[in-house]
Amino acid sequence: MSDASLILLAMALPLVFAGVIALTGSNRNLRDSVMVGSTLILFATVLSLLPSVNAGGRPSVALFDIMPGLTLGFSIEPLGMIFALVASGLWVLTSLYGIGYMRGAKEKHQTRFFACFSIAIFAALGVAFAENMFTLFIFYEVLSLSTYPLVAHKGNEEAKRGARIYLGILLGTSIGLMLPAMLVTWYMAGTLTFQPGGILQDNVSRSVGAILLILYMFGIGKAALMPFHRWLPSAMVAPTPVSALLHAVAVVKAGVFTVLKVAVYLFGLDYLQSLWSADFVMWVAAFTLLSASIVALQKTNLKARLAYSTISQLAYIVLGAMLANELAIVGGGLHIVMHAFGKITLFFCAGAIYVAAHKTEISQMDGLGRKMPITMFAFLLGALSVIGAPPLGGFWSKWHLMLGAVDAQQQIMIAVFLVSTLLNIAYLLPPVIRAFLLSPPKDDHDDHGDKHAPHGVGHRFGLAEAPLFCLVPLCLTAIGTVLLFFFVDPIRGLIQSVFTGAM
Amino acid sequence: MTLTEQFPVLVVVLPLFVAPLLALLASRGNLPWLVATVTSALTFAMAIALAAQVMQTGVIYYELGNWPVPFGIGLTIGPLSAMMLMIISGASTVALVAGRESMNAEVGTAHQALLYSCWLLAMTGLLGITVTGDAFNIFVFMEISSLASYVMVANGPKRQALTASFKYLVTGTLGATFYLIGVGYLYMMTGTLNIADMAVRLADVSDTLPVMIAGGFVILGVALKAALFPMHAWMPNAYQHAPTPVAIFFAACATKVALFVMLRFQYELLLPNLGPQAAFLSSWLIPLCVGGFLVGSAVAMFERDLKRMLGYSSVAQLGYIVLGISLANSAGVTAAMIHFFNHALIKAALFVAVAGMVLRFGSSNIEQLAGVGKRMPWTTLGFVLAGVSLIGVPLTAGFISKWYLIQAVLELGGLGILLTILILVSSLMAVVYIWKVVEVAYFKEPIDGQSMVGVREAPMPLLVVLWVLVLANIWFGIDPSIPITLAEQEAAGFFGGAR
Repeated sequence: MSDASLILLAMALPLVFAGVIALTGSNRNLRDSVMVGSTLILFATVLSLLPSVNAGGRPSVALFDIMPGLTLGFSIEPLGMIFALVASGLWVLTSLYGIGYMRGAKEKHQTRFFACFSIAIFAALGVAFAENMFTLFIFYEVLSLSTYPLVAHKGNEEAKRGARIYLGILLGTSIGLMLPAMLVTWYMAGTLTFQPGGILQDNVSRSVGAILLILYMFGIGKAALMPFHRWLPSAMVAPTPVSALLHAVAVVKAGVFTVLKVAVYLFGLDYLQSLWSADFVMWVAAFTLLSASIVALQKTNLKARLAYSTISQLAYIVLGAMLANELAIVGGGLHIVMHAFGKITLFFCAGAIYVAAHKTEISQMDGLGRKMPITMFAFLLGALSVIGAPPLGGFWSKWHLMLGAVDAQQQIMIAVFLVSTLLNIAYLLPPVIRAFLLSPPKDDHDDHGDKHAPHGVGHRFGLAEAPLFCLVPLCLTAIGTVLLFFFVDPIRGLIQSVFTGAM
Repeated sequence: MTLTEQFPVLVVVLPLFVAPLLALLASRGNLPWLVATVTSALTFAMAIALAAQVMQTGVIYYELGNWPVPFGIGLTIGPLSAMMLMIISGASTVALVAGRESMNAEVGTAHQALLYSCWLLAMTGLLGITVTGDAFNIFVFMEISSLASYVMVANGPKRQALTASFKYLVTGTLGATFYLIGVGYLYMMTGTLNIADMAVRLADVSDTLPVMIAGGFVILGVALKAALFPMHAWMPNAYQHAPTPVAIFFAACATKVALFVMLRFQYELLLPNLGPQAAFLSSWLIPLCVGGFLVGSAVAMFERDLKRMLGYSSVAQLGYIVLGISLANSAGVTAAMIHFFNHALIKAALFVAVAGMVLRFGSSNIEQLAGVGKRMPWTTLGFVLAGVSLIGVPLTAGFISKWYLIQAVLELGGLGILLTILILVSSLMAVVYIWKVVEVAYFKEPIDGQSMVGVREAPMPLLVVLWVLVLANIWFGIDPSIPITLAEQEAAGFFGGAR
């Protein structure tokens, strides 16, 4: 099959599967196996595009012209390839996990849930493959809208309020800030196509460009730059598989991915370096990074803490983009992958703890390591990867980001990275320490030991792990964080070809 | 002479002659409805044929009774007129097909034949305005359509319909009077009523006081008719209390015809001959437009009645159109004309969906529509998609309008950026009021004690019409070449091909 038809196939599959999932909803075993099968087929399709991108190709396909020069089309470059691989690959694991979680937690409306999930992946792939800013914008909005029912899933007041904030901020920033930036770009540059080296430097004066940058960076609300970060904690009312795949991987990574795309392909690094607002946004990112970490320290709810941790980690990537040199961009690209694996592991664990032990607060986790050793060990690996400790994948992205800061001679930013690493340790390790080192509270034992053990594995050894469907994916992602440390080179090479291949 | 050559006049004459016949029919059974619908559909077919002809061969001129212009009355169908013909006859057909059951539910059978007769007269008037090339003729047709409209609005199911109709009458009459005064001044200065002839002769008397006064009266008159902010009060009232099918028809086209007149006078007569004064007039309109779309959207956010909410949304949308007209550049006029077309599609779809809901729930109060998403999934989904188009989400017709409008606005430089932001703020408010309906429809449990028995999906003809409109919204969001071609042809005519 040609690359163009592969792209179309990859875009069509999740939509078709959303329909199939909706139709097979009455038989849940059939539905769930269809879903897992579809995720595998999709991942294989996306993977089959990799060789030609690796060879320096830019597979592309144009669907139709909406207005002269304004095309709906796809073109895959290295960053998009990586994002698509991460999203579709982790979708496989998340769908497995989702089956275990949704059944274990006895959630309602599972069919609607999984169908919307499929559409969200469709939108994420559209963002990854977009050939121009216009196409990206369309799929960005589809992603916001298709995840709304997922966030509002529980349907109670709290979920509805959270979902309203979620949608309000995401739509508000994109229509209020990103769309005008796009319109001005189109008006001045006459194109919205992503081009290596940028499209603005010859057409837009530095003063206008600086304002455009601010509009873009705050307009990409999914990158959760303060003060537009509130939607992410609000989205935590969603069931955990949503938080795991969408609010640690697909949605937020779509945001920072857009940031990187805008920085590299609309502004171009040289032009970006010459704008005063790049420094301004960099400082905002640094502030977001530190203050979100501090907020995370104070959160006692596990998912809320992870949400603020995500905000802080996203700011790393925005900061990297604003440093505007190759090393930092490579670091940002790597961080998309590394953080995805680390954070999805943490969310999987949080969900597993909820399903198996019905605990959501960190203070309740004393001694949990005795009942759920596998989960808590995976949590430890995920946490260490997010912290950036070797030998885990998170080390490489931080390494490159810091090298980028050195390269840009931003010593303060190096300090920011270091301080934030310390803060990461301070808020990510206590749950693990509590789980393994403290003894469980007395009254807790009877309550959960009997009631939920039948779901779990190995309850005859006194364990009370989550169902296998939950446990296996989280082990795999935890192992992934380790493997990424040793096999980072292909990914780094691919991202570097953004610069070597094209310029 | 073949029949096709007579289309420019037939398109007006056919409904005009059927209307009195309809009044004679006994108001029994479906016959009046059927006659009105067939007439309307035939007119629509002729309008499409005319539009196709205009797109191929350019402006069509027709002399009534072969009397040469300016002695006889000439008909001129340019690209914009052709588009308006399609919008008016299309909206009428859509409203009639979708609205039959609503009409039976809301209007007593005794009045139906007369109502349909008025309907055809109103359509005659609106169509006449768009085809004629004569300024006084416009007034005559305006009165025909207005008088018929007052009667149609007054037939609404509640007694408030009478006051709504009265308000409409007072405002409409004022507007028509102002317009007539303006035309009187122009006639005084030029001695002709043919618009093309007038444009030529105005060159000798350009920049004189009477012409300026005439311009002021004409613009004010049609602004009243078009419900331009702050002269909009009659419109949400009329939409709310009129029978729902009537609201569909009017929402899609009635005020646009007034704007069509404004556009023609602005660009054929006033701007070429008034120089700086006309630009002054334009700059005076821009704040009104901004006020219109901001206030319209803001009020719509707080409205509890669905029809009224859509009425205020129309106030906002008309603000966009007049903004395009008053920018006095080719891109702005193009944007305005594209929005003529797209807004007709959007509002018709929204009102058709509302007609379905009102038919089944017996109320257009938003709070009482809880659970409509489950009971009437297709109607509600159609409403949401049309609402998305109203907001201006990409891949819908509404986005094309916004895109062209903002590109035109940006030609103003610094002011343009401010206007862009205001337009987007107004779009965000549209998100709020559409989303309010979505939440009630899908996520709110029905109020206790409210009987949901018998609440089922809307009748099939309504659903078909709704989805044709919704798909058209998507189609023209992906391939907008038809409205864009017509609009650009017309704009090229106004600006002498400078584009």
